[in-house]
Amino acid sequence: MNLSAILYQLLQDTLVVLAAPLLLGWVNQCRAWLQNRSGAGVLQPYRVLVKLFRKDAVLAHNASYLFRFAPYLRFACMWLAAALVPVLATDLPLSPAVDVIALVGIFALARVFISLAAMDVGTAFGSLGARREMLVGFLAEPALLMVFFTASTISQSTSLITIVETLAHKQFLLYPSLAFAAVAFVMVLLAENARIPVDNPSTHLELTMIHEAMILEYSARHLALIEWGGALKLLAYFSIGIALFIPWGIAEGGDWGGLPLAVAALLAKLAACGFGLALLETISAKLRLFRVPEFMGTAFLLAVLGMLTHFLLGS
Amino acid sequence: MTTPIIGQVINLLASLLLLIAFAMLSQRRILSLINLFALQGLVLSVSTAVVAYSSSQHHLYYSAALTLILKVLILPSILHRLIRKLNVKWDVETLLNIPITMLLGIVLVIFAFNLAAPISQMASTITKGTLGIAMASVLLSFLMMITRSKAVPQVIGFLAMENGLFFAATSATYGMPMVVELGIALDVLVGMFILGIFFFHIRETFDSLDLQHMEKLKED
Repeated sequence: MNLSAILYQLLQDTLVVLAAPLLLGWVNQCRAWLQNRSGAGVLQPYRVLVKLFRKDAVLAHNASYLFRFAPYLRFACMWLAAALVPVLATDLPLSPAVDVIALVGIFALARVFISLAAMDVGTAFGSLGARREMLVGFLAEPALLMVFFTASTISQSTSLITIVETLAHKQFLLYPSLAFAAVAFVMVLLAENARIPVDNPSTHLELTMIHEAMILEYSARHLALIEWGGALKLLAYFSIGIALFIPWGIAEGGDWGGLPLAVAALLAKLAACGFGLALLETISAKLRLFRVPEFMGTAFLLAVLGMLTHFLLGS
Repeated sequence: MTTPIIGQVINLLASLLLLIAFAMLSQRRILSLINLFALQGLVLSVSTAVVAYSSSQHHLYYSAALTLILKVLILPSILHRLIRKLNVKWDVETLLNIPITMLLGIVLVIFAFNLAAPISQMASTITKGTLGIAMASVLLSFLMMITRSKAVPQVIGFLAMENGLFFAATSATYGMPMVVELGIALDVLVGMFILGIFFFHIRETFDSLDLQHMEKLKED
């Protein structure tokens, strides 16, 4: 293991943690443009984070250590997930750890702890949000796993690195199964990141909120870490989507010459995906909560169809 | 273009057909159902044209053009006019709830794929892999006809089934003879007119397009 590869890994990890709020700001800005508002600028999430870190934290009297500990754990999980996904190069020191099933596990760990923390204080909203989050989560997880399995059947491996290398550096082929998987993945992304058809990130209306209800009791640095973690989660999902469905332009491991191209390709792809997400959020209406299982069931079904078509059409 | 790429494009279009069949199955609004039907016709027409190009079967170009005119332009516009005149823009009522219908759909797809596997091994066409998808979309349209209680969605299901059959013919044997295809196209068109007239009669007699009312006829 050489120093250059480790440096590359460190660069990638620092880049994702610093760039995550920028992505969130870009999505919000696109949404503002599409809705004919002027928007707060792409740097607004940074300003919010700075403001929150400066404030004093307020804790409920009956909050246990779990409540204080959960934001750090969630942030760490999301950073780990976002740092593991190959965004700039494929063959890095942490590469053997990038298994798609492990990634799903990391997301599940963060979800369990943030839901427990929401129930910890004992307010009505906290437990309401936690229950809804678990409902959405347990429906989204199998769909996400099926998407990953569809991609793995092509490259015969559940390692994200192998999947990316198979798709990016081999002969170009059209995979109908991946088209199904991509649609299913977008639906899972919308649900898991509390985006509009499932949840609205900018509302505090008690009847509809899921994610916001869980974090209602948090303030100051805890809230900042949760917001930052949310931005990292969005980035992680975007990177997974890019790695699975549009991986072209990624550099080989430790190849510094390919870095400028890889960074430029990544930025362009992230900007395009962010705009796409804002567009989807603008043109769709929020679903009733009881329609959400149907939405997630459709995502699961599409992923299963993707696998079936892979076995039918071969390739 | 080289042959492998064309084969992949055909496979992609076939999967798109399957996707549209599922979208129709899960659709609750009649207007979106008609638009999906038009989209299905468009995909069918494009895939027929691609098959025609790859196999240099010129008569397939005619059937692609026929599909485009009949199923993308004429039939959807007739359906649009019908629902405007009948004033039926309500949500489609399903007999089974939608998630169960979708699960049944998956079972049908697995069944169709298994059924088609030995047949497509014997075929020598470039599109042999898509026979399973064609059969699946026929069965899915059939399922849609069974699970809807209103007349208009049932007719759309019937038309979608014809689309699936047409695709099956293209993928198994490079299409039927021109005479047969023209006959079927005319049949569909005439059938559509007759069913349109039926809609008005059903509504006059029962004050509704819900076909469950017709079951009472036996008891009188």
